[in-house]
Amino acid sequence: MNVRYSRQILFPPIGKEGQKKLGEKHVFIVGAGALGAANAETLARAGVGKLTIADRDYVEWSNLQRQQLYCEEDADQKTPKAIAAANRLKAINSEVQIIPRIMDVGVQELEELIEGVDLIIDSTDNFDIRFLINDIAQKQRIPWIYGGCVGSYGLSYTILPGVSPCLQCLMDKLPLGGITCDTAGVIQPAIQMVVSHQSAEALKILAEDFESLRGTLVSFDIWKNHYSSINVSSLKNSECRSCGPNPSYPFLAYENQTKTALLCGRDSVQIRPSALQNIDFAYLEKVLVSQGIKVESNPYLLSFSIGEKRLVVFKDGRVLVHGVKDVLQAKNLYHRYLG
Amino acid sequence: MKVIINGESIQLPDTVKRVSLLLKHFELEQKVVIVELNQTILDKSMHAETVLTDGDRIEIVHFVGGG
Repeated sequence: MNVRYSRQILFPPIGKEGQKKLGEKHVFIVGAGALGAANAETLARAGVGKLTIADRDYVEWSNLQRQQLYCEEDADQKTPKAIAAANRLKAINSEVQIIPRIMDVGVQELEELIEGVDLIIDSTDNFDIRFLINDIAQKQRIPWIYGGCVGSYGLSYTILPGVSPCLQCLMDKLPLGGITCDTAGVIQPAIQMVVSHQSAEALKILAEDFESLRGTLVSFDIWKNHYSSINVSSLKNSECRSCGPNPSYPFLAYENQTKTALLCGRDSVQIRPSALQNIDFAYLEKVLVSQGIKVESNPYLLSFSIGEKRLVVFKDGRVLVHGVKDVLQAKNLYHRYLG
Repeated sequence: MKVIINGESIQLPDTVKRVSLLLKHFELEQKVVIVELNQTILDKSMHAETVLTDGDRIEIVHFVGGG
């Protein structure tokens, strides 16, 4: 056995057997932002056999404070995150097979990328994609680990199909509120805390030590010194459309996906969320104003500008993004400011 | 009254008597939350009617999307 992993092999719950298992496993990390970079580095160092990393974005200067795989040159050259991550991970551990994918992950992409994968690690920044992951993980019976982080607060939950309640059981609706890392900020220690919980659970699953899994929904605020770990198994819904006995996997259906449309000749994109809802403008305005963003609103729509771009939010949740050239740019802004 | 929220002892104003008011007090009423009261997860439909008592141990988890 390679001396590289000697300290991990000395750790009895992993040992030689566990290390061998890690080397045979394939993990799919969805998103290569702060959570994705840290999860990928931990698993590459640990000697996981294969890592697929998918991300639609490129490295920016505002990423460097917390996205640990990237350097100034990546930000200068606007290197796609999947590529910058793969380059750094190969330098860290050339034994690990890294598969970078520059793409906006949707249903079709997930179905292709999930082939042969032992575990999915959520490192995304929005719930649209998390509910897709939740459905496809249930459909293909693949464990996945949710992680989310804003400010100094974070949480994580491990979902084992057939055992745990799924994300749909835990969340009765999609949150839309404007609290994101781009409006409320985020600190690196909070990211690391989420990733510690995600990657420790990942090692247990990959080394097949399922009995050691935490089994609780963990949350913390590392600035306010709060920590909570609660058993949510009572929330498993026997009628759940994603993990119940007669699943319809609602988020994989076209009508339930967030839709985007480029409005010809206007440099504008319309984003229509999967479920139209009555947006609380007062609350959204408060969140945006507290970040120094100037907001205009009337009873029907709320609008604000970010540089040259303008976002207009309708009462039913539809958003028009003006001043963008393509759908991807519009989706990025949407998820940054509206969650 | 005094309750313990996420491990921290907190003095609540007299007006905060129910779980729904507690969520409003902490500006969490717009968020997707899970509330555990004395080690039992509360169904969301119970938030408005569940009365708080002195010494309750409450865990509040809200979901965030960032990452």
